[in-house]
Amino acid sequence: MISFLFFFFCLFPHFVFANQNESNYFAALIFSLFVFVTLLITYFASKKSNIKENYYAAGGKISGFQNGLAIAGDYMSAASFLGISGLVFFSGFDGLIYSIGFLVGWPIILFLISERLKNLGKFTFADVTSIRLEQSKIRILSAIGTLVTIILYLIAQMVGAGSLIQILFGLPYEIAVWIVGILMIIYVSFGGMIATTWVQIIKACLLIFGASVLAFLVLKEFAFSLDTILSEAVNIHESKKEILFPGKLISDPISAISLGIALIFGTAGLPHILMRFFTVPNARSARISAFYATTFIGYFYILTFVIGFGAIVFLTQNPLYLDETGKLLGSNNMAAIHLSHSVGGEFFLGFISAVAFATILAVVSGLTLAGASAIGRDLFVYVIKKGKADEKKELLVSKYSSVLIGFIAIFLGIFFEEQNVAFMVGLAFAVAASTNFPILFLTITWKNLTTNGAFYGGLIGLITTIALVVLGPTIWVDIFGFKQAIFPLKYPAIFTVFISFSSIILISIFDKDNNKFDNIKKFNKLTKKAYLGRD
Amino acid sequence: MKKNIEKVNKYNNFIFLNKLLSFSFSAIILFLYFSFILIIGFKPKLLSFFIGDTYITSGIVIGLSIILLSIILTLIYTIISNTYLDKLKDELDK
Repeated sequence: MISFLFFFFCLFPHFVFANQNESNYFAALIFSLFVFVTLLITYFASKKSNIKENYYAAGGKISGFQNGLAIAGDYMSAASFLGISGLVFFSGFDGLIYSIGFLVGWPIILFLISERLKNLGKFTFADVTSIRLEQSKIRILSAIGTLVTIILYLIAQMVGAGSLIQILFGLPYEIAVWIVGILMIIYVSFGGMIATTWVQIIKACLLIFGASVLAFLVLKEFAFSLDTILSEAVNIHESKKEILFPGKLISDPISAISLGIALIFGTAGLPHILMRFFTVPNARSARISAFYATTFIGYFYILTFVIGFGAIVFLTQNPLYLDETGKLLGSNNMAAIHLSHSVGGEFFLGFISAVAFATILAVVSGLTLAGASAIGRDLFVYVIKKGKADEKKELLVSKYSSVLIGFIAIFLGIFFEEQNVAFMVGLAFAVAASTNFPILFLTITWKNLTTNGAFYGGLIGLITTIALVVLGPTIWVDIFGFKQAIFPLKYPAIFTVFISFSSIILISIFDKDNNKFDNIKKFNKLTKKAYLGRD
Repeated sequence: MKKNIEKVNKYNNFIFLNKLLSFSFSAIILFLYFSFILIIGFKPKLLSFFIGDTYITSGIVIGLSIILLSIILTLIYTIISNTYLDKLKDELDK
């Protein structure tokens, strides 16, 4: 079966991309090579993925450095590469504010989460919360939190992938979504975490290399002086000096803080990110992987800043990249792609396009695996089978779940084609910040947490987040077409994180089911395991 | 008996140091980031002056510094944890 698919995909890009121009042909070649190598890895990984340690956690054999790269590959989506450089192209300094928001969650993960997670859990973050709380309730909530987060994130990725590939390779939208969907199903269902990890590592290397070369080519044109780039950009941009100042993008402070809260705590609650810390052998390498991840992601965001300003200088007045109204061809998100053509020619354009394609695959695979393990492990084994399922059945359920999630993602990706789905990433972060993070954080740090507190409090956090986003400007006004939003803020995290934490705490304090003595005993046991890595 | 008390003290001290390191480093990052956001929200002028004769603004310098500081803080944390605290942990394991 897999060798047939393997063969099919090696040939597939050639006949689809055959009658395109030179850069597309080169892009197809690079991309085919990426698919070839990753399917080869999947083939070897599939022989090992009949053991659950391998399927969920790559046998815990990934080194800290490798995992750091894989995390970076999991986190740096096409949206952050193209989106943030596009944002800098459009509004200058304001783009940097977003990059910083996406980065600062990382030190927090290292300081508060990573090593404790590794010491306490095995395959999913619900392993950690269920150490001291009642299995079935807390697994249900964690699974719901995981699935909501990853589905929202997946929709945003799929729709982005479809339109990006449509522009880059001239493929029809639906075919693009199917290619991404089918490849991710193959990686995840056959190769599990081993294949997913290597897809992410290879993608991270390609992306960091591509972005470095792009930034280098830009800097070279200005004799490596940031000052010269900025002055040229100010001269050419219609907002002149304003592009160097904080501007319109963040006009009201409450929204800015709210977005900040969603980004910083949401990152620490993303299930596909948390899952990566189980792939290393011990707490020591968990820390090392968080350090390398922070370094790669931070370096990458500095590059996008340079790339964005480079795009202002090279693209703003170049008719080759503009439409009749003077806007960038495609959208502002195409800034980095056009820039690669402008400074590096057809060949480099092809390379960067292929990298963007590969980037999407790595992110969606990580998401799908996190969703599959929430179904196969948290729901099937611990909720339905009460902890007594055999390994073969469990893996079968997980593998079929990954296929199911893949098809749901393809379907929703096609369904939402015409919609603006950018808000879904924001919503995914808000859900992670107001459901997954509070439960995980309080499990590790607060001795009086009870099962009811975590369950009902977390549920309240989840429901308020979704309700406030639906009633807010992005859905109520922009999508439903009402005149005025019922809830005024675009980003609700400032309220929802607070509501979630306070309901968990209040319900725990007034919980009648709570056996205090027992609870504290369990908490002390958890603390010992969290820091020493043993019982 | 005496040995046991010593061991418990050692353990408590180890947990305390771990928590101190985690929470103080988290506080630094949260303080840096939210001050940055609050300045953007309430006093954007502070981030809008030029450094010397160049086009580099205070906002760009501070923004890029937060990225670099995040990397440096994670490095320092990792080194302290992986050398000093891990040594304490190994002693407890004995």
